[in-house]
Amino acid sequence: MDYLPGDNTYREDEKIYSKVLGLVGLSGRVIRVTPLSGPYIPRVGDKIIGKVIDITMSGWRVDTETAYSALLNVKDATTRYIKKEEDLSKLIAVGDYVIVKIINVTSQNLIDLSMKEPGLFPIKGGRVIRINNQKVPRVIGKQGSMITLIKNKTNCEITVGQNGVIWIRGTSENELLAVRAIKLVEERSHQEGLTEKMEKFLDENLKAEVASS
Amino acid sequence: MPKMILNKETIAQLSKENQRLDGRGMLEYREPIQIETNISWTAEGSARVQIGETVVLAGVKMSLDKPYNDTPDEGGIMVNAELLPLSNPDYEPGPPGIKAVELARVTDRGIRESKAIDLKKLCLQPGEKAWFVTIDIITLNDAGNLFDASTLAALAALKSARFPVADPATGAIDYRQKTEERLPLLKEPVGVTVCKINGNFLVDPSSEEEQAYDARLSVASDDKGAISAIQKGGDAPLSIEEVSQMIDIALDKAKFLRKILSKELGKNQK
Repeated sequence: MDYLPGDNTYREDEKIYSKVLGLVGLSGRVIRVTPLSGPYIPRVGDKIIGKVIDITMSGWRVDTETAYSALLNVKDATTRYIKKEEDLSKLIAVGDYVIVKIINVTSQNLIDLSMKEPGLFPIKGGRVIRINNQKVPRVIGKQGSMITLIKNKTNCEITVGQNGVIWIRGTSENELLAVRAIKLVEERSHQEGLTEKMEKFLDENLKAEVASS
Repeated sequence: MPKMILNKETIAQLSKENQRLDGRGMLEYREPIQIETNISWTAEGSARVQIGETVVLAGVKMSLDKPYNDTPDEGGIMVNAELLPLSNPDYEPGPPGIKAVELARVTDRGIRESKAIDLKKLCLQPGEKAWFVTIDIITLNDAGNLFDASTLAALAALKSARFPVADPATGAIDYRQKTEERLPLLKEPVGVTVCKINGNFLVDPSSEEEQAYDARLSVASDDKGAISAIQKGGDAPLSIEEVSQMIDIALDKAKFLRKILSKELGKNQK
C-alpha cells in the first residue's frame, strides 16, 4: 500500500482506479484526480451566481446550475425590515441574477442561500457568461492571481461563481476582452505558466485596442 | 440541461449605442459563413450552411406524383423544418412546434412566392404526372438566425439538386442514379432577417439577441432585388418608415449573402 486513494479515486484490491476522466495529481502518498468536466456539487461557503426563477411566500427560488433546488430566504437577503405584504419582486425580480453564498446544504441536497455579506448582491448591468465549473479554480488562479490579473488589465469588475457562472462589468470593449481572456483560460487550463501567457495576451490586445482607437 | 444565459438588459442598452454583446457591428454577419453542397449521397440535392456557430442542413428529394386539381400542369414544392433537440436545450422531440412551422413557412414562401422554380417545367403529363420537390431543413446547432441559414441552405441545396433517373412509361424512379439535369431555377431568393432592439436595427442575431429583440422582419428577395416574402415577428409594432429602412438593410445584406453563395459554390465545383 504505497499510495492512498484521494478525490475521485477508489481502491480495488491492490490497484487505485479513477472514477472520472481527468488529470492525475500526487500529494505525498495521496493520489487524486481533477476531473475535466462534470456537474457542480454545492458546498457550504461557496460563492455562486444564480438566476431567480420564482418568488415564494418567504423568499426567492434560485437556479444555481445544480441538480438541486436552492432558496434565498427574505431574512438572508436583506438587513432591512420587510413588511408582511411587501412585493418581493420590487427587491429582486424573476430573471435577475444574484451573487449569493451557500450557507447550508441539507441531507436532501436542498440549498439555502444568503446575500447578507459584502460582495453579495443582485446583479445590475454588465454581462453574465458560463464556463465549465471544473475550470473555476484555474480562472481564479493561485491566491486569485489569474482573476486579479484580468481585472487589473481590463479594468472590469469580475465575480466568479464556483458554479461556473461569471459576471463581468466594465466598458463593452473591455468586457469583451475579459470574456475572451476567461474563455482562453478555460480552454488552456492544463497548460503551465498560463498566468504569464495571459499577461502577454492581454497586453497585446490592449495595445491593439489603443492603436485602433 | 442548463438553460441559456440572457443578458437582455445589457443587449438593449448596447444596441442604443450601436454596439453588440459580441463586439460585432450592427450590420455585420458572424464569421465564418460556409456553404457546402452535395453532402448527402441519398438526397437529390443537399447543402450544409454554417453562419458563425449556427449549422443547418438542407436536403432536396424529388418524387413523381399526380398534380393538384387546381394546377394540373404544375409540379409542387414542399418545405419541412425540424428543430433537432440536440441543436438547442430548449427544443424537445415530438411534433413540430410554432418555431419549426414558422421556419418552414418562411423558407417555403421565399422560394414559392418568388416563383424560383419553374413549376410548369416539372410537369411531365398534365393532370397525371409531375415532379414534386421536397425540401427538408434540419438544424444541427442553433446559435441564432436560423431563418437566414435555412433559406440559404435551401437555395444551395436546390442549386445542387439533380433529377434521378425515371422511367417515363411506368413512373418508376431509380434514386441510385442521377441524371445531369438540374432543377429549372428562375430566381435565387435569399432571406435576410433584420431585428429591432431598442430602436436600432441589426442583422444576424445571436441566440441571446433573439431573446432580446423587440421586433424582427425576415425579407426574402431575388437577385434583382424584388421582394417575394416578408415575415414579421416580435411584440413591438413597426412604423412604415422602419419597415422600409429594414427592407433596405435586408436587400443590401442579401447581395452580400448572394456573393458568398456564388463564391462558396464555385469552390465546391473545383
